[in-house]
Amino acid sequence: MLIYQQSRTGRRAAAQAPLQKAELSGIPEAFRRKQRADLPEVSEMQAVRHYTRLSQQNFSIDTQFYPLGSCTMKYNPRGCNSLAMLPNLLARHPEAPADHSQGFMACIYELQEMLKEVTGMQAVSLSPAAGAQGEFAGVAMIRAYHDARGDDARTEILVPDAAHGTNPASAVMCGYKVREIPSGADGDVDVEALRKVVGPQTAGIMLTNPSTLGVFDRKIEEIAKLVHEAGGLLYYDGANLNAILGKVRPGDMGFDVIHVNLHKTFSTPHGGGGPGAGPVGVSKRLQPYLPVPMVAHDGERYHWLTEVDCPESIGRLSTFAGNAGVLLRAYIYARMLGGEGMERVAEYSTLNANYMMKRLTDAGFEAAYPDRRATHEFILTLQKQAKQLGVNTMDFAKRLLDYGYHAPTTYFPLLVPECLLIEPTETETREELDGFIDALCSIKQEAEEHPEQVKSAPHNLPVKRLDDVRAARELDLAWKPDNFN
Amino acid sequence: MPFIPHTEEDVREMLATIGAPDIEALFDEIPTALRCGKLKKLPQAMSEMEVAGLMSARANQDGQPVCFMGAGAYDHHIPAAVWQLASRGEFYTAYTPYQAEASQGTLQVLYEFQSMMAALTGMDVSNASLYDGATALAEAVLMAVRANRKSKSRRILIPRSLHPAYRRVVQTMVGNQNIELVELPFDTAGGHTDPATLAVFDGQDIAALVIPQPNYFGVLEEVDALTDWAHANKALAIAVVNPVALAVLNPPGEWGEQGADICCGEGQPLGAPLSSGGPYFGFMCCTQALVRQMPGRIVGGTRDLEGKVGYTLTLQAREQHIRRSKATSNICTNQGLMATAATIHMALLGSDGLERVAIACHANTQSLTQKLASIAGVEPLFNRPVFHEQVLRLPISADGVLDQLSAMDVLGGLDLSRDYPELGDAILVCATEKRTEPEMDDFQQKLQMILTC
Repeated sequence: MLIYQQSRTGRRAAAQAPLQKAELSGIPEAFRRKQRADLPEVSEMQAVRHYTRLSQQNFSIDTQFYPLGSCTMKYNPRGCNSLAMLPNLLARHPEAPADHSQGFMACIYELQEMLKEVTGMQAVSLSPAAGAQGEFAGVAMIRAYHDARGDDARTEILVPDAAHGTNPASAVMCGYKVREIPSGADGDVDVEALRKVVGPQTAGIMLTNPSTLGVFDRKIEEIAKLVHEAGGLLYYDGANLNAILGKVRPGDMGFDVIHVNLHKTFSTPHGGGGPGAGPVGVSKRLQPYLPVPMVAHDGERYHWLTEVDCPESIGRLSTFAGNAGVLLRAYIYARMLGGEGMERVAEYSTLNANYMMKRLTDAGFEAAYPDRRATHEFILTLQKQAKQLGVNTMDFAKRLLDYGYHAPTTYFPLLVPECLLIEPTETETREELDGFIDALCSIKQEAEEHPEQVKSAPHNLPVKRLDDVRAARELDLAWKPDNFN
Repeated sequence: MPFIPHTEEDVREMLATIGAPDIEALFDEIPTALRCGKLKKLPQAMSEMEVAGLMSARANQDGQPVCFMGAGAYDHHIPAAVWQLASRGEFYTAYTPYQAEASQGTLQVLYEFQSMMAALTGMDVSNASLYDGATALAEAVLMAVRANRKSKSRRILIPRSLHPAYRRVVQTMVGNQNIELVELPFDTAGGHTDPATLAVFDGQDIAALVIPQPNYFGVLEEVDALTDWAHANKALAIAVVNPVALAVLNPPGEWGEQGADICCGEGQPLGAPLSSGGPYFGFMCCTQALVRQMPGRIVGGTRDLEGKVGYTLTLQAREQHIRRSKATSNICTNQGLMATAATIHMALLGSDGLERVAIACHANTQSLTQKLASIAGVEPLFNRPVFHEQVLRLPISADGVLDQLSAMDVLGGLDLSRDYPELGDAILVCATEKRTEPEMDDFQQKLQMILTC
């Protein structure tokens, strides 16, 4: 039931708004609203009960194993949340003057410094609000670099076929054409194919390493050399940084610009779709173009770097300084991990993924890249089950929900048919991994013996399988009183 | 090990299963020459207790001055229930609701959010959030260029009375796509965009006109005339609004003869704490006709196999994970949790509560203006009606005054000389419903003291 359906005219949560109704004296009638907005009218308890109940219809990290590939659904420490919500931090106005900002700016500055070290880049700006905005900023910097050199024949960005959809979309937003590069049979980028398309028209290449195929691209040095020799730059999509944190750095692999998803690797919450944060790091030659604002330290005090200090900056990406509250959570997490803890993130997420891949392939599942090491994630392909039993990946995914596990990423990357991209993260116990493996095996058996049970899943959730086609054809995007009569 | 549960026995057995001698062996596909070794510049680990001490000290260092600053971020009361509910792990730690059946909580909240935003703005449909107000406007500009089939110009008219940071963000985000942003001057007496100044563009090919309400100075714009001008010239009308103001102001869906085409803005006043500028959320609403050009996630109602009502992400063919380079935007992660908080915020306040908040903000700002204008040399700069912000002229340079106020724990407004040097010694002040008479009197006395010294 919607909150609207519990609404009664004249009921309200009286304690939440000013008790005295003031005068709207200074606003002429012509500017005023004629009819009240149709917002629900409910008591405070009704609202609390309603949204508590709705929360209980969600799977979440706090309630379930959530092995979504390339999403890094690790435990979000509660301490990061409560400390980022200290009253003075919540109350700080974004335009507060420097004497009321030194404590906050110290955290931001130190996070910039830590990210520089762990990525091997020369400078970092924390302003992008999410990974895709980090990508936009990164490609915009690549463009600014070429433009500043008068090198305006570079019109293409190269993107591997395994890339996240945001990569090509971000390149287009920066005015580039996108050219796709195939992956080889072993999962690494097809270097011969790359060699054929790289050239004077290449502005850069966007790579995720480890890639979304769950493998580390072993030819990264060769790729970097090829692109650099052609005058292009290398962009690193940090979606999978969790796999290599403290082990190998994008800066050392030859990347010129990177973004980091703090809501993945640095454990800030996903919040049902956001907010995230997508800081960007750059090599020396791109430093002048970093997005503003950033925090600088003059040995004594912290101060903001803005458009005035950075005239060549690609500019500003949000009204203020990005998702500051997310940055604070990431900062607190990084301080609790320290250098050693960061390296352990890569180690144990990789251990968990390789353990799962081994046990599942032993149990008869087909890995997409069985001869490769898993990174922090790996891919199973269920094409055999789909062909022989008519039970596809989506059916497996929905049935997993019945077993109390969130499904892995399905049908991505697009080039592996009927795939499940599984990322356990380092924060899961072996017992949890074993439970998930057992569930997948048991679903496999169900698919062989009672395929209908799997194909009609889920059975135990608040709703049965939903009709996506109807949702798109008969658009119902906002409540109207007669919708549900 | 912080946040890692493995015992030594677990590690031993898991490695045995894999058939690897040690964890290090799992990284054997990474070329050795690339390995970074121990990173020396990273600090040592701290316990939660130690970090708590550090964060408390830093938060205390910044204090909590009394806030008379607005300029795009507003100090409203947030009901206690909002963040107690939004911080529940089931909302806080869920991912984007791709598995709809396991995400009905988030999906229904977002459907309610869309319903409330559509109601508040008077528009047909809403998306499920963008990053913030400025990026929402940049997306609205891109959307208008895509959607306006009558225009080939890619020219957008943007008033100088619009938030300066919004203008900069739009420039950053659309600058590489051959879109021309043309600045409209504001009237020096009223602080608004005089519709008559648009006459120079009559009959020209314009893709869209941006219309803020209220504008950056708090001043109310002639939105009906501006919207009608846009439509008469085959341009789309993009409204940029404050959602709390909409509790009392005419909603964009009813501007002029036909209403605005796209409406966007900063959602922060609906339940997001000031929090140094983020996370907030951008909202975007539009007419039904434009829905397929809208960026970002959209939730739709549907039915399950047994005919039961449920919710799911819809119109995904607009989005990057399906359309890749042909998507309406590159946005993926949005500000879902902030939209969740806003939904709970609006449900708790209702239209009556939101109206009371809006009126209290307006009344407090009127009262503050009177108090401050009683000081010699301080006066409102513009003569037009305002919502909950006011530009005041000071007799001396603003930055020194504001620094002194800040040292006395009063954030006395924003110095406008940085972005509007033509206004002289001017500040932008705001008094939300949270500011009390004693706080306003205190501000007045301190300002008087500084100006008479």
